Amino acid sequence: MIVSIASGKGGTGKTTIAVNLALSLENVQLLDCDVEEPNDHVLLRPMISDVEETQVLVPKIVEERCQHCGDCADFCAFNALFVAPEKVVFFPELCHSCGGCLLVCPHQAIIEEAKRVGVIKRGRAQKVELVYGELDVGEPMAVPLIRAVKSQIEEDRNVIVDSPPGTACPVVASVYGSDFCVLVTEPTPFGLHDLQITVQVVRALEIPLGVVVNMAGIGDRKVYEYCATERIPILLEVPFNKRIAELYSRGIPFVEEMAEWKEKFRALWRKIAEDV
Amino acid sequence: MRQITVLSGKGGTGKTSLTAAFAALTRHLVIGDCDVDAPNLHLLLNPTIVETQEFRGSQVAVIDETKCVQCGKCEAACRFHAIHDLVIDPVLCEGCGVCAYLCPTDAITLDVQLDGYAFISTTKYGPMAHARLNPGQENSGKLVTLVRQNARRIAEKEKIELVLIDGPPGIGCPVIASITGVDAGLIVVEPTLSGIHDLERALSLLNHFRIPAFVCVNKADLNAENTARIIAFCEDNEVRVIGRIPFDPLVTKAMVAATPVVEYAPTSRIADEIKNAWTCLRAAGTAR
Repeated sequence: MIVSIASGKGGTGKTTIAVNLALSLENVQLLDCDVEEPNDHVLLRPMISDVEETQVLVPKIVEERCQHCGDCADFCAFNALFVAPEKVVFFPELCHSCGGCLLVCPHQAIIEEAKRVGVIKRGRAQKVELVYGELDVGEPMAVPLIRAVKSQIEEDRNVIVDSPPGTACPVVASVYGSDFCVLVTEPTPFGLHDLQITVQVVRALEIPLGVVVNMAGIGDRKVYEYCATERIPILLEVPFNKRIAELYSRGIPFVEEMAEWKEKFRALWRKIAEDV
Repeated sequence: MRQITVLSGKGGTGKTSLTAAFAALTRHLVIGDCDVDAPNLHLLLNPTIVETQEFRGSQVAVIDETKCVQCGKCEAACRFHAIHDLVIDPVLCEGCGVCAYLCPTDAITLDVQLDGYAFISTTKYGPMAHARLNPGQENSGKLVTLVRQNARRIAEKEKIELVLIDGPPGIGCPVIASITGVDAGLIVVEPTLSGIHDLERALSLLNHFRIPAFVCVNKADLNAENTARIIAFCEDNEVRVIGRIPFDPLVTKAMVAATPVVEYAPTSRIADEIKNAWTCLRAAGTAR
């Protein structure tokens, strides 16, 4: 079973839920798809066994053959190529690696070369196998690296996918293909607003979903009212609690110090499994 | 005109609450919300929308089954694995147009999508540029760029000297679009190990684009040891720390009341600390 963890708003506790859930289960693979700011490893402190570069293909102009006809630039849907009378300018940060420019070049003046976008790290902490991506600083496009992280999924295991915040393409790339999506929210107006948008995204992908309310006790009751109206199950509540916040600040998953929570996370997993 | 972007790397550190408070303290500025896929600033500033712009840009391929001869060329060439059994998955399709180019019977066309909306609004603190990306859409970076253009245009037209931008979390495309060409970046960090990790990456990003960086520690008293680490880290990297804001449940209460915290509790300690931080940032900015 593949379960993704998403939220819309940042800082609601996706990583906390993903890591503590992973530590409560057996035969777990945890994938951190927040490749811009991965944090699962900060809490898990895994022994890294393997680091692999992720590359994408980008065009390279063979100047001797180029006639500066401009066909490549006309074709590029992402405006990554600009053809001047004497020169072709390529903007790698806009390129989606579709290969279209090579295809349309009438002079075979474009070849492809690999460009590094980040790394994938693999490691183990206790029983948890962790895979995470680290996008290179200055590299805008997260999606190819997210797909590379997800290519490591072993479907016969208990797979948890920790998504990035937001509701745009990196989130879609992360939750796509999961059997269930857990939306972590906080009971505040910001939490509710972003939860509503994320519910739309996950429903459009036809993935069953449920909510975990983190920092329960702060804010107001509107998240609960919304979930009741929309018939969204609240799978778990984690109270706003100084001890949990303090453990988190030191990078300690709270199930390690508050073992009674492991059973709650296992119950959460069973509830999800019944739904799938 | 000076442009300042508030960013964080990690989400939920308090960017939006601080930006709203800064706006309420200034009252002569243009405010930009560049977190276009999960915007929240409007929940505190209560803008009145005066102009709505449709934002189109991305494309999705569509197959006309009556023209398709099932040759399979599109499926073989699609780098995004978006075509299976001659059906296009709009979620995976990035709209590059390779399939349409290769189709021998012109059965594939590209549909331009409505990706979202950009808004120009008024608030009691000043004009505001913001946007709403449709859920799950691409092109958040381009929509951010549109918000930035709108903010600059209003500032020029109304002769306002300051543009304050609330940025998205992360370090990828919408964040890069939120910081390119600004005069300063303020990183809001919380004193947690994750917060410190993400601060380092956000700072590298500002350095990469040669943007002067400032740091504000939020919820600083939640872990004094980590706050000390952040301050030492900033000293080592010659980054100015402009404030240490304590944790205060008033921030959430102000959010529930849909009001910037400095207005909700103007005489509170947290309001004072935020004022000091803002004064410090503005002074640092003008001294440059």
